[in-house]
Amino acid sequence: MADTTHDHAHDHPHGGDHAHDHHDHKPGFVARWFFSTNHKDIGTLYLIFAVVGGLIGGGLSEIMRAQLQFPNNHVVTSGQEWNTIITSHGLLMIFFSVMPALIGGFGNWFIPLMIGAPDMAFPRLNNISFWLLPPALVLILIGLFMGESGSGWTLYPPLSNATYESGMGMDCTLFALHLAGASSLLGAMNFITTIFNLRAPGMTMHKLPLFIWASLVTAWLLVLSVPVLAGAITMLICDRNFGTSFFDPQGGGDPVLFQHLFWFFGHPEVYIMILPGFGIVSHVISTFSKKPIFGYLGMVYAMVGIGVVGFVVWAHHMYLSGMDVDTRAYFMGATMVIAVPTGVKIFSWIATMWGGSIEFKTPMLWAVGFLFVFTIGGVTGVVCANAGIDESIHNTYYVIAHFHYVLSLGAVFSIFCGFYYWIGKMSGRQYPEFWGRVHFWLFFLGVNLTFFPQHFLGLAGMPRRYPDYPDAFAGWNYVSSVGAYISGISTLVFLYVCFRTFTSKVHVADNYWGEGATTLEWTQTSPPAFHTYSELPRIL
Amino acid sequence: MDTRATNRLTGIAVVAVVAGMVGLSFAAIPLYRAFCQATGFGGTPKIGTAMAPGGDGVTIRVRFNAETNPGLPWQFAPDITTITVPLGEDHLASYHAHNESGQAVTGVALYNVLPDKAAKYFHKTACFCFNQQTLEPHADATFPLSFWVDPEIAKDPNTADIHEVILSYTFYRSLDDANKAGALAKAGPHVGGSAVTN
Repeated sequence: MADTTHDHAHDHPHGGDHAHDHHDHKPGFVARWFFSTNHKDIGTLYLIFAVVGGLIGGGLSEIMRAQLQFPNNHVVTSGQEWNTIITSHGLLMIFFSVMPALIGGFGNWFIPLMIGAPDMAFPRLNNISFWLLPPALVLILIGLFMGESGSGWTLYPPLSNATYESGMGMDCTLFALHLAGASSLLGAMNFITTIFNLRAPGMTMHKLPLFIWASLVTAWLLVLSVPVLAGAITMLICDRNFGTSFFDPQGGGDPVLFQHLFWFFGHPEVYIMILPGFGIVSHVISTFSKKPIFGYLGMVYAMVGIGVVGFVVWAHHMYLSGMDVDTRAYFMGATMVIAVPTGVKIFSWIATMWGGSIEFKTPMLWAVGFLFVFTIGGVTGVVCANAGIDESIHNTYYVIAHFHYVLSLGAVFSIFCGFYYWIGKMSGRQYPEFWGRVHFWLFFLGVNLTFFPQHFLGLAGMPRRYPDYPDAFAGWNYVSSVGAYISGISTLVFLYVCFRTFTSKVHVADNYWGEGATTLEWTQTSPPAFHTYSELPRIL
Repeated sequence: MDTRATNRLTGIAVVAVVAGMVGLSFAAIPLYRAFCQATGFGGTPKIGTAMAPGGDGVTIRVRFNAETNPGLPWQFAPDITTITVPLGEDHLASYHAHNESGQAVTGVALYNVLPDKAAKYFHKTACFCFNQQTLEPHADATFPLSFWVDPEIAKDPNTADIHEVILSYTFYRSLDDANKAGALAKAGPHVGGSAVTN
């Protein structure tokens, strides 16, 4: 991305003695991991947390597919239990796996490293923003194990009000979202301030690496959308506990207003989950094609455009909530417009690969896999955007297939892409290439087998959120469940890859990807010193 | 300005944006109501004392619908279910209700107009639904309303195909009344609202 010069060889391994530093050595275990203000350690905590959240949420999806493997199955004993499981699955995957990995994990690790900053702008806020998450996870799990949060992740009243979900578990789930939201907001504030103010000398906004631009747009989306969710669930909590009636028609409220507020947050949220992935994939494709990214400015403003337009399309989730034709026509048109900047990105990635000297190492496999699954999910997204077609596929498995192709496959592929790309940089050790490939191919096979047949089920009319289905849907559901088990096995392979990596004796070089990797983090040692950029790099 | 001060300034700006968005999410409640009233969104009819402008003899059929929330121990129904009225002229209609319980009960009616797009041409000049209504034990009551339909409805190409509008009411027990009746106390130790035990 940028050529750099160094005034000074500043990267002593730990224990290095900068004359004026208080301490470049690492603090003790408790101080280092619990009171951490170091962006790399906090990033590591986020990544570990995301793995834990992902394993629990993924475990729930295995239970769900086991239940749906055969008609009239009884893995799950009651409808309420089922509803609680799907609710927790959605919330865990979004707030406790994808967001912590892409934003908290890779964001914290690589924003300072890529812009040449010594750390984040507010290191102590960074600590708080991570440590809000474990209690939030505990609250979500209370809601899950009490079996009292069966509203679906969208939390619509009346499903989530005191009449239909009277238990304390639902309140715990709502408070969990408050904590997770506060955590995201503090993180976003830190990201914005860091990227605006702490760039190395010479790194102008139009020289920022794409992952940084992606993180910046994501942070703005968080700042503008999460407070609306916070407001909506605060009102919901008041309705449930303090006798207000924001969403209760009995007292003059309107439950549809909750849907508007929720999706005003919820739609930008899906871009929050995918934009950092766009950034990672851009770097990986550029690195392994040994070419700079095609159309850098187009890529930047495509992300900005997606972010802006993402705020004015929310009601396409609500086509059947009683909107008139004109309103639906607007939201349909606005939604389809998003396909344009998204297309700019897809074609720019392909153009980056075109004529490049492509090397299919594991990260590149994930990046190309990302292009494949994200494009499928994008195309079905345009189908879903049609208000007329949505009348028949709303709340069916077609929609499930669509958003899992962009998130469960798209966003998660980008997470693994980032993992294989940067794990050597973060840990200083070499991942096993063979097992990385096995992980990719098993996961690719598994998730496609899981979700592709769900398009057929949805088009045939199978509704989402039910624990059972008529016999006619048995065949593809069986295939889908087998796919889920294969994905589950691939997760075990991932854990084995982690084990092999962290016990590996092979230490990697500073820039182990060679000439294609041009961003600033590759000028640092692997792993980087505890304190980096004591002397700022200069960008030419 | 040194980095610390710049950081603080950026941080404060972001916090201000967050606070503004929280404020907007609460402001959405009155704004949404105002938006619905101004545009007829979601079938919100015009209310107020605007005089009927008079029409040219074109008629429209109005169908009256009545729903009662199970929490309200009333019988509630329209006196007549359909009526054909001339556009632009004031008209009177009525519903009747009977309190089946042995205590005074206060209810409040929510209303809308179907199809949604007809709502902005439907004017209510007086209605029992503008206020809460209280029925003494086992009492009967007649609830009148007066309305007129704007002749523009026949000229607007969006609504020219409408020959019947449905005026719908759903009667709920008012929250205060439900409170007094102890419905909240039965709802469990920490929850509000009237609870149905599962």
